[in-house]
Amino acid sequence: MNGISAIIRKELADHFSSYRFIILFALIAMVSLITTYMVGMGLKEELAAVAKPKFVFLMLFTSTGPLFSLVQFVAFFGPLIGLVLGFDSINRERSTGTLSKLASQPIYRDAIINGKFLSGVVTIAIMLVSILLVVTGLGLTLIGVVPGVEELWRLIIYLIISIFYIAFWLGISILFSILFRGIATSALATLAIWIFFSFFISMGASVVANAVVPIDQTNQDNPQVVLKHLKVQRVVSLISPMQLYNDSTAIVVDPTRKTTRSFVLMGPMERLSLSRFNRPLALAQSIYVVIPHIISLIAITVICFGVSYTVFMRQEIRSL
Amino acid sequence: MAAQPVIETQNLTKRYGITTAVDDLSFSITQGEIFGFLGPNGSGKTTTLLMLLGLTEATSGSATVAGFNPTKEAIKVKRIVGYIPENIGFYEDMNGVENLRFIARLNRIKDETSTAKITEALEQVGLKDEAFKKVGAFSRGMRQRLAIAEILIKEPTIAFLDEPTLGLDPEGTTLIIDYIKSLSREHNITILLSSHDLKQVQRISDRIGIMIHGKMIAEGPIEKLAHEKLGVEDKEISLDDVYMKYFQEVSA
Repeated sequence: MNGISAIIRKELADHFSSYRFIILFALIAMVSLITTYMVGMGLKEELAAVAKPKFVFLMLFTSTGPLFSLVQFVAFFGPLIGLVLGFDSINRERSTGTLSKLASQPIYRDAIINGKFLSGVVTIAIMLVSILLVVTGLGLTLIGVVPGVEELWRLIIYLIISIFYIAFWLGISILFSILFRGIATSALATLAIWIFFSFFISMGASVVANAVVPIDQTNQDNPQVVLKHLKVQRVVSLISPMQLYNDSTAIVVDPTRKTTRSFVLMGPMERLSLSRFNRPLALAQSIYVVIPHIISLIAITVICFGVSYTVFMRQEIRSL
Repeated sequence: MAAQPVIETQNLTKRYGITTAVDDLSFSITQGEIFGFLGPNGSGKTTTLLMLLGLTEATSGSATVAGFNPTKEAIKVKRIVGYIPENIGFYEDMNGVENLRFIARLNRIKDETSTAKITEALEQVGLKDEAFKKVGAFSRGMRQRLAIAEILIKEPTIAFLDEPTLGLDPEGTTLIIDYIKSLSREHNITILLSSHDLKQVQRISDRIGIMIHGKMIAEGPIEKLAHEKLGVEDKEISLDDVYMKYFQEVSA
């Protein structure tokens, strides 16, 4: 395996024994448990007297409860896991002088960066799977509903998308740790990117939409203009991986959602059909709706790692 | 007599932009010798070592290390060459044994084999009692000894040591130099040693090379250089005088 297994082994040991991992994991576990507990109690009350709807179990993940849903929490906080695991992966080795030592061992140079990325992905996967299992266990005892096969599949797909999503952020942070020599610099840069995509993209989207398709008193009743405005806003906000992720997971874990659009222009016929056929989508149909999102998400993850890989392989070893 | 050259360079040149770090360098090192590599800071010694290791590509010229081309067969070269870089780094959160085990794994030495080797190597460099201390708490001298232990574990046929005595006290320097000597004599490792500690280099080197501004301006046994430059046959001649003479000549 050209030394890559040795590197992965060491990196995993590093991750799991580091304080930052333990703190992060404890925080996520705590928030997830509290959220699940509150959502579960709420669901239990709501479901007490009515016939159980389908997909109750998934509601554990999608109901917002008093604060936010678990899915929302992972979408917001997940990037931080990737960033924290990767922001100093290369430049710390550079500053302690271990990178040139690694490079002088009989391994291919890409084993270093591949090992770093893969061990990060494994750590992320272990983290998410364990959280999901704990939440599932708690949910089972709280609401007493066993998830169906389709629900399990939806959760597994959700898990895979989430791993890719967090791996994207890991790739970003590894890229920054290659580009910036200073550990503090790369940490700040990764945080800046995260904040930018979390908060400013949505603002930017409405600014762009206002500039391209202005809505004022004269045309605010024109549905075409309003629709176009929203379309522009959506397209801009899809630049953000966060938006891609939110859209795809929302559909995957919530079978009753049929489109990623938040605003649907409806005529009487649509309204009729919607009320007539207000049934959950089949799994394949849900995936069909978001497959472009999922593919884009995987693509940007691969591109992001590819860029890190290229930059790392091209760097003069002298500067290692 | 003539032992085979294990390291050979021909017109090796490395340019970074307009500056020439290594200029048309041709020299060779034979099996089993200790070659003292001298020169002021920035004279191209480290660059030469990096090119020989295949860590950086030569602009022109060629080099062979044990018959391999470092650029094309980097992995093969790295397998038989042990390298101690100028500021060697260790994983500070790991103890001595863990650091060595990681190196062993990277060199595809199985854990069953490496355990005994690690104990033995740590004993040889006098770090037996500190084996399970975190390297973060190691002194500079201990780190350099750990670096020597790394070489012992890897069991290379050639070792490149870039200023292994930098920043050590006299006692520590002597200790490291003695270890290097034993690497050569007991383990039969060909050694390319770069250092500023001329007295110590003189003590153990079979031959020395003086590099200034990317050029090897003198090469050979100390006695020969002393004879050429200072016209003395005296065995007691100090390398300092020889080195300074060459240095002044180039500067003038």
